[in-house]
Amino acid sequence: MSLWDYANPKLFMQTSGRVLPWIAGLAAVTLVTGVIWGFFFTPDDYRQGSTVKIIYIHVPSAMIAINAWAMMLVASLIWIIRRHHVSALAAKAAAPVGMVMTMIALATGAIWGQPMWGTWWAWDPRLTSFLILFLFYLGYIALWEAVESPDTAADLTSVLCLVGSVFAFLSRYAVNFWNQGLHQGASLSMDKAEHVSNVFWYPLLLCLAGFVLLFLVLVLVGTRTEIRLRRLKALEARERMA
Amino acid sequence: MIALLVRDLRLATRAGGGFGLGLAFFLIVTVLVPFGVGPEGGTLARIAPGILWVGALLACLLSLDRIFALDYEDGTLDLLATAPVPLEAAVALKAVAHWLTTGLPLVVAAPVLGVLLQLPGPAYGWLVASLAVGTPALSAIGAFGAALTVGLKRGGLLLSLIVLPLYIPSLIFGAEVVIRGADGRAVETALLLLAAISVGAFALLPFAAAAALRVNLR
Amino acid sequence: MPDLGKYAVTVLGAYGASLALIAVLVLAVAWRAARVKRALRAQEARMGRHG
Repeated sequence: MSLWDYANPKLFMQTSGRVLPWIAGLAAVTLVTGVIWGFFFTPDDYRQGSTVKIIYIHVPSAMIAINAWAMMLVASLIWIIRRHHVSALAAKAAAPVGMVMTMIALATGAIWGQPMWGTWWAWDPRLTSFLILFLFYLGYIALWEAVESPDTAADLTSVLCLVGSVFAFLSRYAVNFWNQGLHQGASLSMDKAEHVSNVFWYPLLLCLAGFVLLFLVLVLVGTRTEIRLRRLKALEARERMA
Repeated sequence: MIALLVRDLRLATRAGGGFGLGLAFFLIVTVLVPFGVGPEGGTLARIAPGILWVGALLACLLSLDRIFALDYEDGTLDLLATAPVPLEAAVALKAVAHWLTTGLPLVVAAPVLGVLLQLPGPAYGWLVASLAVGTPALSAIGAFGAALTVGLKRGGLLLSLIVLPLYIPSLIFGAEVVIRGADGRAVETALLLLAAISVGAFALLPFAAAAALRVNLR
Repeated sequence: MPDLGKYAVTVLGAYGASLALIAVLVLAVAWRAARVKRALRAQEARMGRHG
């Protein structure tokens, strides 16, 4: 019994169907607990005041935004190499989730930045990189929608995901170079790496777990939908030919 | 292979081939900007490098769907895919042809347009250098985007959505070369990275583009 | 509600926008899933469930 067995759509549907309610329940519990803990039961930061509470949404959403694309990259490679439809459809299902997470990261980042930087938007390297990532998601989803044949769409979008990933790395470096060049010394990044003390860390961990589980639920549901859609199209085609 | 290149060049420059359209667009965009930001020389001088680069980038974008569209429609692309010349090489040659007919004219025209935007004196040489080094990347990346969208009706907008984010690194380093050159600051890093992107794009993207073409020709 | 001080609008705005986006996402995914599931059931019933 290996992971590859789930490339079989039927086994995937059976297993995911059984497991989904549990994961969804766990996601809900983790998220609610984490957010409530973070929002109501943590102190303010001496520098950022109560806005530090935004960390419980901003950091998890940003992490999912990036890792969703990483998952799409892996799924695209599996499609290219082993032609497992479940993999291609999982990538398709993950994209809208990743895109919305990117929007949340951007929105919370911008809103957090307003009292800190005095402006509703700043071309901070991190925010800018996420803006570019958002555009990548848009292009990927648009390509899926534009191509009629599902297999052709899967092939083209997986190539785009590959090339896009290379350029995502390139852009990250380029944007750092770009911002340093224009605003020498302006350190605008909201680096959470600076001593996040335990009192903030535990609820943050819970929120991170909650967001990961939420991502898992949405991608599983989305993939199941795509598999059903594929079967529906096949049945309709057969009916038309009969 | 040379015959392929010559053919594409001839196709692009004959009447109806759209040659000069990119150049005209470049001119129009450059002329439009002062109307939007005001004629004050200092402002224009500061944003000139960026405007020229964005204008060049958009002008390249205009002619991208032409790279494969005509050959796709009349079946030539099918022939190219099965010809003894590897499809990857054919794609690279088409990208070269695109650069020669679109990118290179922009490089030549840029200094003239720089005058319109009050580009400071020391920047002119760097402008030409950065565009000469950076526009090949635009052609290679553009060819990849065109290969992805060749089968689609009205793929033009989607092409822009896919290609423009991929242009960002070249834009950043390209404009940076001109800005730093104007100030007399060190230009090497930006120029080197710009060149690396162009070389890398031409080396690797034809493979991705050829794969996309094969998918679309199925 | 904890005392958010002068950042109340900021924090609540951030949380509000995020929760709204998550809600839209979840509802959209769920709605599409239900729609396709229903359509598939109908199609399978019409074709006698074979294939």
